[in-house]
Amino acid sequence: MQYLISVIDDGTGLASDEEQAAIDVFNEGLKAGGHWVFAGGLGGPDTGTTIDNRNGAGLITDGPFVETKEYLIGFWIIEAPDLDVALKLAAEGSRACHRKTEVRPFL
Amino acid sequence: MTENAAFPVSESAAREAVTRAHRTEWARIVAGLTRRFGDLGIAEEAAAEAFATAVARWPADGVPPNPGAWLTTTAGRKAIDRLRREKRRGEVEQEASMWYDDSPPEPVGAIEDERLRLIFTCCHPALAMETRVALTLRMVGGLTVPEIARAFLVRETAMEQRITRAKAKIRTARIPYRVPAAEDLAVRVDGVLAVLFLVFNEGYLTTGAGPDPVRHELTAEAIRLTRLIRSLLPGDGEVAGLLALMLLTEARRAARISASGDLVTLGEQNRGAWDASLIAEGHRLVRERLASGVAPGRYQILAAINAVHTSAREARDTDWSQIVALYDRLVRVDPSPIVALNRAVAVAELDGPEVALATVDRLEPALAGYHAFHVARAEFLRRLGRGDESREAYDRAIALAANPAEAAHLTRRRDQLG
Repeated sequence: MQYLISVIDDGTGLASDEEQAAIDVFNEGLKAGGHWVFAGGLGGPDTGTTIDNRNGAGLITDGPFVETKEYLIGFWIIEAPDLDVALKLAAEGSRACHRKTEVRPFL
Repeated sequence: MTENAAFPVSESAAREAVTRAHRTEWARIVAGLTRRFGDLGIAEEAAAEAFATAVARWPADGVPPNPGAWLTTTAGRKAIDRLRREKRRGEVEQEASMWYDDSPPEPVGAIEDERLRLIFTCCHPALAMETRVALTLRMVGGLTVPEIARAFLVRETAMEQRITRAKAKIRTARIPYRVPAAEDLAVRVDGVLAVLFLVFNEGYLTTGAGPDPVRHELTAEAIRLTRLIRSLLPGDGEVAGLLALMLLTEARRAARISASGDLVTLGEQNRGAWDASLIAEGHRLVRERLASGVAPGRYQILAAINAVHTSAREARDTDWSQIVALYDRLVRVDPSPIVALNRAVAVAELDGPEVALATVDRLEPALAGYHAFHVARAEFLRRLGRGDESREAYDRAIALAANPAEAAHLTRRRDQLG
């Protein structure tokens, strides 16, 4: 079963060197434990571009689709047998990157 | 389903047998079906169907010699029928074998009972507190959705939705159906006890807008479920502590509301109206924990405080120095302002209202919106002869009190100031 661990930022900005080092250690642990699928960090909302091509108009807008105080800044996709394991890993990840995380199952 | 020999009985005897079986077997049946089919929703529906079948058939066919076995078999068939109808039996059973953790039980020193898994799943920390309460009452307690909705004064459709959403999250996010690992057990048991304590307190001092100051069905259900957990985790001190605390509180229920519907405080209660057997059982549990020599947690200390209160023949015989000493221990375990407030109330009895008032006034920033803070101030000020300030404090307490009996009691106290 796969879970998405979203990393939520509230304007802290990029990870510090210390945070990056802790994230690396956490990632190694994920790989060693067979939980690793994929992970990535994202640019902030102001680097986003919204595209609405539902009607074929290809409307391009500068910025995120909705302005919020908290936003997605990175994620892990992990393999875990159940939510308890996923929550444990998300807690470790939150500590490593010093940000809130949210866990959601892939369907 | 007539393979069991049974004796025909009267309609009322059959109904009573169903009620009794519902009380003793519901959680076990839901738990067993959840394990077998890996889905709480199917388990719940099949169990409900089996009991409905019993209601329809036992009066005519007789009560089977082993009602639990009959209900388990019937519920299993209902679940399979349901899955066949929905043509997804294979699919669900395959899913279930993935979801259900079949590894050997952790060495928790307890009997591995299906019902424990059910309780821990319903009280999972990934569910909102109100959802845990509703789910526990439905799946473990066997209360119907309308009953739970009534108890918490929410619309039936809203309660139905809450429970449906919870079942969907358990399934989709795969909240596991198991007893937590040994290293997580203490925290998770704490979470379960918090749910039961909330159910009890909502029954004991209801905050809802309903007419009843005490909801006996909620206090009774909380006690029943805590007894169940005690039977499943007999070595857990906090489980014993919470059960003792509930019993010693419930024992005073009859004396707690006056004929006119006012709250009667502990000091004014007719102690002859207390339930002696509940008190004896609560005291036994407290003594058992004391004898264990293990440092007590929050519920055990609260139970001990209640044991001291219920040991006094009259209110004036209360051993306040022991109660203050117990509150000192409680402050170390739980340094919350509410505990400090309750400690101050005991201090007032030991060292006088002036000392207590000074302590309580320091809690104002944290507790200004809490009615009990203003009640304590009103009582201390009253005893110090500061009537105007006391009246003001009663006014604030009455405005904040959510329980009708308590508001009535406070109004009476205020109006006695003259």
